Formats: sequence, structure tokens, C-alpha cells
Amino acid sequence: MAEIIVVTSGKGGVGKTTSSASFAAGLALRGHKTAVIDFDVGLRNLDLVLGCERRVVYDLVNVIQDEAKLHQALIRDKRLENLYILPASQTRDKDALTAEGVERVLNELKEEFDYIVCDSPAGIERGAFLALYHADQAVVVVNPEVSSVRDSDRILGILASKSKRAEENAEPVKEHLLLTRYSPEKVEKGDMLSVDDVLEILGIPLLGVIPESEAVLQSSNAGVPVILQEGSHAAEAYKDAVARYLGEEREMRFLQPEKKGLFKRLLGG
Amino acid sequence: MGLLDLFRKKPAGSAQTAKERLRIIVAQERAQRNTPDYLPVLKREILEVIRRYVQVDSDAIQINVEKDDQQEVLELSISLPTDER
Repeated sequence: MAEIIVVTSGKGGVGKTTSSASFAAGLALRGHKTAVIDFDVGLRNLDLVLGCERRVVYDLVNVIQDEAKLHQALIRDKRLENLYILPASQTRDKDALTAEGVERVLNELKEEFDYIVCDSPAGIERGAFLALYHADQAVVVVNPEVSSVRDSDRILGILASKSKRAEENAEPVKEHLLLTRYSPEKVEKGDMLSVDDVLEILGIPLLGVIPESEAVLQSSNAGVPVILQEGSHAAEAYKDAVARYLGEEREMRFLQPEKKGLFKRLLGG
Repeated sequence: MGLLDLFRKKPAGSAQTAKERLRIIVAQERAQRNTPDYLPVLKREILEVIRRYVQVDSDAIQINVEKDDQQEVLELSISLPTDER
């Protein structure tokens, strides 16, 4: 049975699209046929982060409005054979997304895919609501920072009251915390909320901690999901998160500041 | 204070402040989450009526909605200033 995962946060700029791209790529790497959908109508970016912006012909809104078939709009990733992208429309306005239309597209995807990852837009407007409405599981992307934590708690409230599962009194949407842009150095100095602080406030299970990393910027520059950036801590952390999502036990890594050797310290590295 | 402070460990960073502030605002917003939409307006109007008779602060009114299986209870508590007669 296909599973629908929403990647959401409330606040913008915390790493939803980066995380959607890497999480979906991670599931595909593990052999699961995965589709990732950009719900940010008017401000699409997932195509850029995944490096397929020049291959977009049709989009989600075209499919919803019966102007294209689903398989015409789906873009197959060039690196990962199990990964497909359904881009958002860049020109239509947000009202082009309808609840029935989204449901129809998701149902069609469910027949073919193991996982459907919905990349939510920021905010709590229509696009964000439709992205989370059908979710079975939610990956809530949070930065260790006050406004992000507060907004994500708001999103948790919406998941618990307004999602389809909530409306139908079904088993609640399963929530996962993905803490991104984490800086162990700042945490040690006492100037950044720690993993434990955020967990204590939000009270949902931890899926992973992605360290602040230059690799994230470099890979989005290149149009490659950061999880494919071999050797980077961010990639390793995303792989761990995907493994945990799939039920494996993985110890949390990159939570301590890197120990600098004498040599590095002398060089101010 | 003063002397004791010298023996305290270095001052807590800003993260501690962030955590305290978040704890309060998140608890507050969670409490409001499942209340009816009309509650803020109801509160304001009640406040206006009371102020025709007694000067009270806006935080002198507490409204809570409690739900259980059988009923919903709207609980209203107004604390009057002590020096008012």
C-alpha cells in the first residue's frame, strides 16, 4: 500500500524543499519507487533543487485540470531510476489546486508508487493545507530557532485537527521531527536550542538531525539532492533519517562539535 | 546575589531564554487551539460590558471551554480590582 508523506514546517526557508528532495531521493536509493510532488503553485523550486527545471513540460495543475495525463507530467530523475518528480505550476494562481483534483492525482500515483512525498509550501494557506490533507505520515522540518519551532507546533495542531485522518477519526497522521541547520558549536556555546530542547517543546519523535553544512548550498547550486553528495555530513544524516523512517535503528550522529586537532586550530580552521 | 553570582557557572546563553519563551507561547497556543472561533470576540464584548461598571484590565477575564463526551462548559472568570468599591 502506497504511503503519502508530507514534508511541512509552517515557516519558510527552513529546508522543506531540500529535505523533500533528499528524503524522496533517499527512499528511491533504498529501492522504493517514489514520487515527489511540489505543492508550491506559483513559486516552484523542487525542479531546480533536483536539477530537472529544463525538463518540465506539464505540471500538477495541468494534470488536475485534465490538460495532461499524469505520466506526461511526471519527470523521471536522471540519476535515480526509482525517483519521479511532479512539478508545481509556475504561472497559475493558488486557487488552481482543488481538493478533488489533488485527491485524484494522489490516488492515481498510489497505484504505481510505494511512497508519495508532498513538498508543502510555507504558510498555512490552501497549498499547505492540500499538501498535508491526505498525509499518512508527516515530516515536520524545524530549525532550532524560536519562530520555526512555534510555527511547526501550529502545523502539528492543523495535522491533528484538519487532516483527512483527523476528519475521518482514523488513526492520526504519524509525526516525525526533522531538525535541520543544526550547529553543535552554537548549541555548545548556549546560543542555539539543542535537540533535547526542541524535542521537549514539540513532543514528537525525532527522525533526524541534519547539521548545518556547506554541502546543502553547493548541491542546490548544482541541482543535485544533497543526499547524493557523497561524504558530506548532511548526506549521511539524511540517509540515517530515511533508514529510521523505514524502521531501522540508527544512532544520532553529528550532534557534537567536531574536535579540532592542534594543527587545525593553529591554522584557525 | 552579588557574591553568590561569582560562583555560578558562566551565564546561560540566549538559547535558555528562547526555550523559556517558547515553552510559554506554545502552551498558550495549544490551549487556544481547540476553542471556538468566536471566543476572542466574546471576550472583548464581555470586557466592554464590564468596563461600563468597573475598570478592569484586559487580562482580568479568563475564558475556558472544557469538553467532555456529554457536554461543553464555558467557564468565565473575572477578577475585579481590589480597591474598587
